[in-house]
Amino acid sequence: MLGTGLLQGLGVTAKNFVGSFHDPARLTTIEYPEVKTKLPEAYRNFPFLVTENATDPMGTLRCVACQICEKECPPQCIYIEKSKDKKPDATGKPQLFPAIFAIDTSVCMSCQICVEVCPFDAIKMDQVYEIATTDRFSALLLNREQLAKSNAYYHEIHPTEAAEVDARLAAERKAAEAKAVAAAAAKAAAAAAKLAAPVAPKTPAV
Amino acid sequence: MNLAVIPVAASVSEWSDSFLERLPLLARDWMTSWLPEPWRWLVNSLLSIAVILSVFGLLFAYVTLAERKILGRIQNRPGPNRTPIPFTKLRFFGLAQPFADGVKSLTKEDVVPRGADHLLHFLAPVVLLAFSILTFAVIPYGRHLVPVELNAGVLYFFAAGAATELAVFMAGWASRNKYSLLAAMRALAQLISYELPLLLAWVPVVLVAGTLSTTEIVAAQSGWQFNVIPHWYVFTPWGAAGFAIFMIAALAESNRSPFDLPEAESELIAGHLTEYSGFKYALFFMAEYFGMIALSGMAITLFLGGWHAPSPYLEFIPSYVWFMGKLSALLLGFIWIRATFPRLRMDQLTRFAWKFLVPLALINLGNAAFWSLSLHWSGPLQILRWLISVLVVVGPFVLLGRKLSAGVAPRVYRYAV
Repeated sequence: MLGTGLLQGLGVTAKNFVGSFHDPARLTTIEYPEVKTKLPEAYRNFPFLVTENATDPMGTLRCVACQICEKECPPQCIYIEKSKDKKPDATGKPQLFPAIFAIDTSVCMSCQICVEVCPFDAIKMDQVYEIATTDRFSALLLNREQLAKSNAYYHEIHPTEAAEVDARLAAERKAAEAKAVAAAAAKAAAAAAKLAAPVAPKTPAV
Repeated sequence: MNLAVIPVAASVSEWSDSFLERLPLLARDWMTSWLPEPWRWLVNSLLSIAVILSVFGLLFAYVTLAERKILGRIQNRPGPNRTPIPFTKLRFFGLAQPFADGVKSLTKEDVVPRGADHLLHFLAPVVLLAFSILTFAVIPYGRHLVPVELNAGVLYFFAAGAATELAVFMAGWASRNKYSLLAAMRALAQLISYELPLLLAWVPVVLVAGTLSTTEIVAAQSGWQFNVIPHWYVFTPWGAAGFAIFMIAALAESNRSPFDLPEAESELIAGHLTEYSGFKYALFFMAEYFGMIALSGMAITLFLGGWHAPSPYLEFIPSYVWFMGKLSALLLGFIWIRATFPRLRMDQLTRFAWKFLVPLALINLGNAAFWSLSLHWSGPLQILRWLISVLVVVGPFVLLGRKLSAGVAPRVYRYAV
């Protein structure tokens, strides 16, 4: 009969109205500044620099100032100046470090190419979004102090990816140590052989 | 305010003269008692104007908030809830929202097109609002609360209500914008189409009550059957049909969804309001809500027993509270309907009025005539009277509905595979 569809429609809206009060699954709104939504792990926007130790961020940057990211960056928003001296990196090997590392976030397009090309897992994508400033020039140009964030923070925002990176770095470190040990052993053997060598040639002569 | 106690024998009860019932009168007399006698009537009238403007202004503000909140809840979102009390962090579910909206529309730029007729462009919202407010004068808000007692109150109400259509066309023409003008003509087509069922819907009430005075119509609906069923006209077959037709036409008259074609915001810019901004637009908005509130108030007066309590045991609650309660219920209905139904097409809109509502309203008029002629029927004849009356309502509704929707409804949607 005419009008039954209208009544059905009114029933649907009434059900939604009542449901929105007692069924929290219906009310999907997250009231943003007070409550923040859980970002998906793959969410990314701007890059940051990983440091091993949060208490000494500038001393333990993974970055060795190889400048690959600077060269690869499509909008050329990265600027790096190498240091003059070297200091030991995570594996204990003496490395250069960036005296200046700056990213212009007004230019960055969040393409993640710097992360893809970094051989040292030193630069990763961040998840910050409350980055509005009142100064559109200097406040958007981030220096290395502002970019440096601890590995623990990286674990917090991208847990799976960070675990993989850590495992790979540990394996590399182990391999490097084993290599060092093997090299030391070979060296010792060579030295021992060298020590023994002056005696040896004498024997045929005897 | 002509607040003389209306001597209605049927509605006199122990509560009719209680302190709460007389409270508005006492407050008014207390405020004007220091004035000399010849001045009192003038100040009394000014006071009632001020009360009406402030009460219905506030009601308008909170109806807009309630509308946004309820629409939000129906669409499973919380609705506006952030506006705090100024200079504090207290939000109270966003209760300050209407005032924030008011400040916003007051501070917006008032753009007037260069080619517009400046005087008429300015006058249109003023005229619209003035006529909408005029309609509040004759509605009985409580047992002793009628701003103006006219013996042709219903006629006055609908005359003032119909005058708002003038302002709609004024707005469209004065904007000097062909789209505004076309939209205003379309709005007029709708408003005039629905004026007819609106008027035909309340004529049966006048026929049965035998008066055009709003207070007497309310008085005619006093009393209860077995102390349970009130003698409201909506509880008679012709009254129920009249109420339904009246509310449908009222929806269209107040440009509410599903009849909001004059300013269908998803299809047009804003119809005849295209060239209005800032506070003038807010005035149109206000007039629209005032029209809705006034039509609801008139529907209560004509069909829902006015300020009468639904049961004699509930009479201790003052009559104006009952009126406001019924008004809120009707406004909630308006909001619920807006949240549910999709907009009609222009041809569907006019066809619905002329081919469905007007014939039904005319048949309903005959039904009411039969009802008032069979007033003296009693005993088993009473049952026959009800049966005939119900048949006269339901029969044409079903037949006309079937005939009009033949080949049109129910619609089958075919999708490309």
